[in-house]
Amino acid sequence: MDKPFIIAGKELKSRFLLGTGKFGSKEILRDTIIQSGTEAVTVALRRIDLNLNEENILFYIPKDIILLTNTSGARNAKEAIRIARLAREAGYGNWIKIEVINDCKYLLPDNAETIKATEVLAGEGFIILPYMHPDLYAARALVKAGAAAVMPLGSLIGSNLGLEMKMMIKILINEIDEVPIIVDAGIGVPVHAAQAMELGADAILVNTAVATAADPAKTAKAFAEAVISGRAAYLSKTANQSFMASASSPLTGYLHDQ
Amino acid sequence: MTNDLATRAKKLTRQYFGRAISLYAPLYISNYCDNHCLYCGFSRRHDISRKKLSAQEIEKECQTLAKTGLQNILILTGESRLQSPVSYIKEAVLVAGKYFPNISLEIYPLETKEYCELFLAGADGVTIYQETYDREVYKQLHPAGKKRDYDYRYQAPEKIAQAGMRHLSLGILLGLADWREDLKALFEHLRYLEKKYPGVEYSLSFPRLQKVAGDTNDYQPISDQVMLSIIATTRLMFPRVGINLSTRESAQFRDQILEFGVTKLSAGSSTRVGGYNDNEGTGQFTINDERSLVEVKEMLTKKGYDPVITDWRQIGNE
Repeated sequence: MDKPFIIAGKELKSRFLLGTGKFGSKEILRDTIIQSGTEAVTVALRRIDLNLNEENILFYIPKDIILLTNTSGARNAKEAIRIARLAREAGYGNWIKIEVINDCKYLLPDNAETIKATEVLAGEGFIILPYMHPDLYAARALVKAGAAAVMPLGSLIGSNLGLEMKMMIKILINEIDEVPIIVDAGIGVPVHAAQAMELGADAILVNTAVATAADPAKTAKAFAEAVISGRAAYLSKTANQSFMASASSPLTGYLHDQ
Repeated sequence: MTNDLATRAKKLTRQYFGRAISLYAPLYISNYCDNHCLYCGFSRRHDISRKKLSAQEIEKECQTLAKTGLQNILILTGESRLQSPVSYIKEAVLVAGKYFPNISLEIYPLETKEYCELFLAGADGVTIYQETYDREVYKQLHPAGKKRDYDYRYQAPEKIAQAGMRHLSLGILLGLADWREDLKALFEHLRYLEKKYPGVEYSLSFPRLQKVAGDTNDYQPISDQVMLSIIATTRLMFPRVGINLSTRESAQFRDQILEFGVTKLSAGSSTRVGGYNDNEGTGQFTINDERSLVEVKEMLTKKGYDPVITDWRQIGNE
C-alpha cells in the first residue's frame, strides 16, 4: 500500500505534474492536461493575459486542477516575492512555484535567493514549491523556511538530458522526509521519469519533452504511466543498490590502534 | 549551407522555445536625428518632415495600438538628445505603461544612470545595434554626429545591462560590410556580455539594408540563402538567444524562415512617427509585410505555433 502524495495537506492522486510553456496551442495544452490525468500544472504569471479573452491560458486549464503560478522572469528574491504577491492579488490562488534564475544561458536556479523568497512568502501564507539546485544544505534551509515541497532539477531546463543530478537527488530523497520531493527539469523521455520515481522521488514535473513532442497528449500519458511504473518499482524494492558511503579510514583502524 | 545545419537549428529552436513566437510592434515617437548615417531614411542629411509626438499624441498612439490586442511594444526615437531628452523618453514610457505590460526602447546610447531611470519608469528592455563591427566601414558610413564614435556605441550594451534592464537586443545591419566578419564580431560581443551579465535575456536582429533614395553607396547584397545561414548559425551557437525578424522582410520570406530559429516577430507595424493614427510622413524603412496582427496570428496558428502576446507583466522595477 502506497502512502498518499500530499502537498500542504492536499492529496494528489497523480504524481505527474505538467508545465504549460512551449505548447503549439492552448487547445493542445488543455487536451494534454486532461489526457495525462495530472492534477497540478504550473503557469508563468508573465504568460497569463491581463485581459479575460479567448487568449487567456487560464481558460484552458480545467477548474479542478491545482494552479501553481510560477515566478518565471524573477532574477532575485525581491522580484519573486513581488510576482507571487501579484499572482495572489490577481486571484490565482496562493500556490507558488518559485523560480529565481539569474543566468539566462543555463537557467540554473539561485538557491540562496530562492531560500530568501521562500522565507518571506511562506510567512505570508503562500504554499511554496521552490525550484532548486539539488543541494542538501539548501533543501534543509528551504524546509526550515516553510517550503511545502522541494523541486530539484534533474538536469538543465529544456535539455531533455535526464537525471544528470541523480546522486544529489538521491541524497535529498534519503534525508528530506518532511516534504515531498518533486523532480523538475531535464526529464526528457518517460524512462527518465521512471528512474526518478524508482529512486524514491515523490513526483515528477515535465514540460519541454511533452510540449515539443509531435503528439503532446500521448507523450504526457506515456510520462504519467512511467511515473506509476517507477513508483511501483520503488515500493516493491526491486533494486538492491547500496547507497552507503564507505569511509576511507575505517573504524577498525582505531580498534587496532587501541 | 547544408540541410544538416538547418535541421539542427530547427530542432534546437523547437527544444528551447517550443512552438511559441512572441509578437510586438514598434512605436515611433520622434524622427529628429543628429546623426548622418549614409544608409538611413531618418538621417539628418535628408530633408524629410520631422515630427515629435506630444504626450497626448503618444497616448493616442498607445490607445490605437492597444486596441489591436498587442502587449509588447518597442518605443523608438531618432538619435537626438536635444529633441528627445531622457525626460521625454521617460514620459513616453510612463504613458505607454498604462496600456502595455512590456515596454522596450530603441534610442540613442545613454549613460548607465539614465538607462536606470528608464528602467525604474517601467522599461524592461533596450535594443541597440552596432550596425557594423568593421571600424573602417563604420567611420565612412557615419561621417558626423555622436554616432561617429564607434567605442561609445559599443559600450552602450554594457551600460544597459548594468542599469538592470531585463532584455538586451543587439544587431548588425546586413549589407554594410562583410557579413561573415560582422557576424563573428557580434557573437564575440554577445559572448562577452553573456559572461559578464548572465542574468540578461539577449536577442539578436539581422535587418537587411534597404537602400534609401539618394544613397549612391554600394552595399553587399544579402540573399535569402545567406539570411537562412545567419539565422541557423546563430541558433546553433546560441541555443537560448532570441532572434527577431522585422516587417522589413516580406511576408512570404518570414513565413518560410520562421522555423529555423526565429522567436520574435513584429506585426501590424508602422515605422512612421504617429503612424497608427495618421498616414502622413516618411517611415524609417519600407514595410514589406503589411499583415495585421490578426493575420500574423492566423498564419502562426496555421503553422502550429502559439502566438505569444503576453510575455511580461510590470512588477514595479527597483
